[in-house]
Amino acid sequence: MTTATETTSAAATAAAQNGRRAALVRRERRRRISRAAWNLVGLAVFAVMVFPVFWMASTALKPDSEINSFTPTWFSTSPTLDHFRDAINRPYFWDAVKNSLIIVGVTVVLSIVLAFLAAVALAKYRFTGRSLFVVAMIGILMLPQVGLVIPLYVVLAKYHLTSDDPKRALTAVIITYMTFLLPFAVWTLRGFLLGIPKELEEAAMVDGSSRLGAFVRILLPLVAPGLVATSVFVVITAWNEYIFANVLLTNQSNHTLTVWLSYFTGSSRNTDWGGLMAASTLTAIPVVIFFLLVQRRIAFGLTAGAVKG
Amino acid sequence: MPSSQVPDGTEVVVEVTPSWPRRRSPLTRGRALQGALPYLLILPVLVVIGAVLGYPLYKLVTLSFQRYGLFELIQRQGEWIGLDNFSSVLHDGVFWHTLERTIVFTIVNVGLTMVLGTLIALLLVRVSTWVRVLLTSGLVLVWSMPVVVAVQIWFWMSNFQNGILNHVLTQLHVGDFFQHDWYATTFSKLAMVTLLIVWGAIPFVTITVYAGLAQVPRELVDAAEIDGAGPLRVFRDVTFPILKPIFLILTSLSIIWDFGVFAQPYLLISPSNVDASNYLMGVYVYIEGYAQTNFGRGAAISLLMVVMVAAMSVFYVRRMVRMKDVQ
Repeated sequence: MTTATETTSAAATAAAQNGRRAALVRRERRRRISRAAWNLVGLAVFAVMVFPVFWMASTALKPDSEINSFTPTWFSTSPTLDHFRDAINRPYFWDAVKNSLIIVGVTVVLSIVLAFLAAVALAKYRFTGRSLFVVAMIGILMLPQVGLVIPLYVVLAKYHLTSDDPKRALTAVIITYMTFLLPFAVWTLRGFLLGIPKELEEAAMVDGSSRLGAFVRILLPLVAPGLVATSVFVVITAWNEYIFANVLLTNQSNHTLTVWLSYFTGSSRNTDWGGLMAASTLTAIPVVIFFLLVQRRIAFGLTAGAVKG
Repeated sequence: MPSSQVPDGTEVVVEVTPSWPRRRSPLTRGRALQGALPYLLILPVLVVIGAVLGYPLYKLVTLSFQRYGLFELIQRQGEWIGLDNFSSVLHDGVFWHTLERTIVFTIVNVGLTMVLGTLIALLLVRVSTWVRVLLTSGLVLVWSMPVVVAVQIWFWMSNFQNGILNHVLTQLHVGDFFQHDWYATTFSKLAMVTLLIVWGAIPFVTITVYAGLAQVPRELVDAAEIDGAGPLRVFRDVTFPILKPIFLILTSLSIIWDFGVFAQPYLLISPSNVDASNYLMGVYVYIEGYAQTNFGRGAAISLLMVVMVAAMSVFYVRRMVRMKDVQ
């Protein structure tokens, strides 16, 4: 009796184990199929999202006959750099490059130095008016910039900064960019500074360093990655900016690259598409490189701590 | 008070409980300087922002009460006309139509951005690692495109003669789009602008939401699935509540950005074709105020716009400040 039940129960367990294994295999197979299906969807999304960028580069490298054909070719059979040569030989291209470099360079150096000082104050000291300062910084980031075009133009015109003189015109753009980039830089650098343990700084001071010594030897190297990331973001934003540059730089020889690019076609129907795409590629390349360098660090600045909070 | 000689230090000194019993010496010069230090540190930023933003903001208010055109710009003296600019703007049908169009445009753009961005983030969780890396790099590439460059690419892709968009849609038998002009109607124009903006805005949303998804405990999702919850239920009852703060911030940021958008509609519709039939708020302010050199009236429109956006930002700013207090 007992043996019989044991055998049946043993058989039942074996069957059950087999069944479970089969179920596992089935589930595993189903999971693999669904993973493959999701991968396909992922690749499709990738193709759609990246296509415009690919199309820009691809067009820039095509000869005109392929560009103007009614049946487009995906990859050029005879790629050429002619359009790039045309683009850089266009009037004012090198002026635009120079202007963009000057504006971006001065803006980034001044903004980072000033923002760093303010960030230290926010991260290391408690003082009256601190909250108000923070609110003002974040509030400025939210202002609709196009709404400030008119008063800025009027005020800068009052101080003769909207003239054709390159020094004055570029100065106007630089101080305008600084105003909108400083709040961002202060906020981001403050975040990086808060990440540095206070003990490190205190330990250095106990060891006999002055506050300044502790600052230079301990704080500065630790916050260097943050400084780099913030600078890169400032560089990208200043490089890409269009509204204020378009309003404040009235003379063609003062245009930045983005403004130069926006005037590339005018409104004519016979657009030089190859040249336009080559010029677009040239404008985008520095930004793409910079962006790939710091993307990870910057991505979460604007929403930092949202989940924790 | 001995420390009153120290410039800028006085107010701080008063605050530091002067009758502290164990203090042996009065405040030294160094201490007062310590108190003033944070103010000295933020001073340069305050000066720049005050001069280049504070003054124009004040000017924005005064200009909106003045007649201020090219003549006044040269004279550097506007004529005070009270509320005339505001009543002119508020009695103008163009203003209300533009506002209505911008609100609808913002809702559509933000909705599409948030939904598509979130879907792609959820997709990122389900794909193999190599697809995830590929897709993320693609998104970063899109994210890094300067707006003006993106506009030119769009311009080329939707060109009516030999744009790739027409070709592909015709090839896919969606319809006959041979030489279809995408910029013929207002709706079509704004639809192209929407495509451009949503395309450019998806990467930020996707990458932020994906980062948030990493913080959703795996056990919670597993438990819900064992209890028989489908993917929709899991998202609604588990993922969404946890990510709610992120969604709120992303949505409010997107609303603020899309409501004030300028470069994309202005350049894609093209400066010679923007007019009252297709204005969005940003373009409207720019054309009616700056381009037509009617600075006074433009300032009135700008001020109304700034106030509207400021009202929308209150939520975001409060949230960010609260987070600062937690840290």
